[in-house]
Amino acid sequence: MLMKPTRDGYGEALLILGKENPDVLVLDADLAKSTRADWFWKEYPERFFDMGISEQDMLATAAGMALGGKIPFASTYGVFVAGRAWDQIRTTICYANLNVKMGGAHGGISVGPDGGTHQSLEEIALMRVLPNMTLILPCDAIETRKATLAAAETNGPVYLRFAREATPVVTTEDAPFEVGKAITMRQGSDLTIIAAGPVLYEALLATEALSQKGISARVVNMHTIKPLDEATIIAAAEQTGAFVTVEEHQVYCGLGGAVAECLGKHFPAPVEMVGIMDTFGESGTPEELAVKYGLTSKEIIAAAEKVLRRKRK
Amino acid sequence: MTHIPTKLLAPICKTVRRDIVEMTHAAGSGHPGGSLSAVELMVALYFDTLRHNPEDPKWDDRDRFILSKGHACPVLYSVLARTGYFSPDELVTLRKLGSRLQGHPDMLSLPGLDSSSGSLGQGLSVANGLAIAGRLNKKDYRVYCLLGDGELQEGQVWEAIMSAAHYKLDNVCAMVDYNNLQIDGCCEDVMGIAPLADKWRAFNWHVIEIDGHDLSQVSAAYAEAATTTGKPSVIIARTVKGKGVSFMENVAGWHGTAPNKVQLAAALAELQ
Repeated sequence: MLMKPTRDGYGEALLILGKENPDVLVLDADLAKSTRADWFWKEYPERFFDMGISEQDMLATAAGMALGGKIPFASTYGVFVAGRAWDQIRTTICYANLNVKMGGAHGGISVGPDGGTHQSLEEIALMRVLPNMTLILPCDAIETRKATLAAAETNGPVYLRFAREATPVVTTEDAPFEVGKAITMRQGSDLTIIAAGPVLYEALLATEALSQKGISARVVNMHTIKPLDEATIIAAAEQTGAFVTVEEHQVYCGLGGAVAECLGKHFPAPVEMVGIMDTFGESGTPEELAVKYGLTSKEIIAAAEKVLRRKRK
Repeated sequence: MTHIPTKLLAPICKTVRRDIVEMTHAAGSGHPGGSLSAVELMVALYFDTLRHNPEDPKWDDRDRFILSKGHACPVLYSVLARTGYFSPDELVTLRKLGSRLQGHPDMLSLPGLDSSSGSLGQGLSVANGLAIAGRLNKKDYRVYCLLGDGELQEGQVWEAIMSAAHYKLDNVCAMVDYNNLQIDGCCEDVMGIAPLADKWRAFNWHVIEIDGHDLSQVSAAYAEAATTTGKPSVIIARTVKGKGVSFMENVAGWHGTAPNKVQLAAALAELQ
């Protein structure tokens, strides 16, 4: 299986946008090599702005660029975009619905040895709560490229989360991508697994194992967390009646919570959530951390079996 | 460019001061002190310096103004109304339900606002972004940004001060309303910001120090900033919080308190 970091998709898309749209600008906060913004920097230096280690200034500067008719992409690690510059995103960008694109790199515990301070596990909670925000967690490098290109076409603030490690490419070049439209990756009738981000691959692995146990699991790629594709969730509730959500994010205020809100309003059904269980991460290899913090197909299979026991007969 | 004589601007300053006390009285809340201190800076800007067209608020070539100290919006709303963006009759809707005159500026509701603001410390970064966009778009507009002195305690302001100098944004003009008072008291007692001019100079800005209530000094400072190349300019304007209303002058308590009926009458009597 082809392995590629989702951040490469961000870098590739910026190169395409740089060529096609002279209004696209890129800003970074001394981490351009990590975010892949440096690919744009090398090709279009006059439209790249290194803001130094000052994320709050970077986000508000991007807001000014948007007011001046530009389409700025501001990237750095997710902890620093969504966390450190949250008030700038809320009050200066979202309140005025400005056309600023945010790239949150190194999302999740899979950042690895940098440890808990640098493992961004809160972006869904922090960004989804903001009016006017569009929030996308692409599952692989191809989808990240498509999502970044789509962000440039979406008016208003857009947050893109991508990751450091090479992860399996599970979508194809010709697969459709539309902001706010979930993709059903596998059909199934007993339960639905909803995942976002590279951890979607673990859901696909779990589906195969569940299938051998005679359990038919649907897999939905919920790449856009906001606006949430409620129609797809409601249809899955009607047709399968049970859910497992999977995210490389805190289980509180994350994808699982968003799905549960939707179900509570429209079609109550049991939900088991796989994610980070209200704890910070630590140093380790991405593989070790995935095992220790329960983000593998094993936990998804267990959650599926548990939710089926809770499912109304 | 010929300047409007200060003798014509002075009566406008009185009108704007009357607007500020009337609108905050009508609202029953708001920020008169730091609005009154910035009147000359704002009147000289909107009636003399700024290239703008109230009939076409979105004009591409207009100069931009960012009110970083968003709580001083009464003075901005007044000059916008008095230059013709909307009727002065609307000023008394300040802070009321459904009003376009929100408690802090909301650019999506009121024409003539170049940004929304309210959380301190962010406006200069926004001004820098607009200045960079203008340069890339080959526009010759200038970007003005009014900051409070207490606001300079926000760390992000110093990030933006670094950025503007780093990118040599000589189309940026910052103004500091240096009235030396903030909510909890004197700036130097709360969290010292002096020596202000030395700090901006050390950050590679062109610094212009003036009496912020002397209209000829204010207009001259804007002109000096506009002809300064290769670096951004800051006008450090020594002002008096509550200027023009004797009982409000130099009293920190008038930062965020509206005048009652008796106080309004007394203020208006002084502003005839």
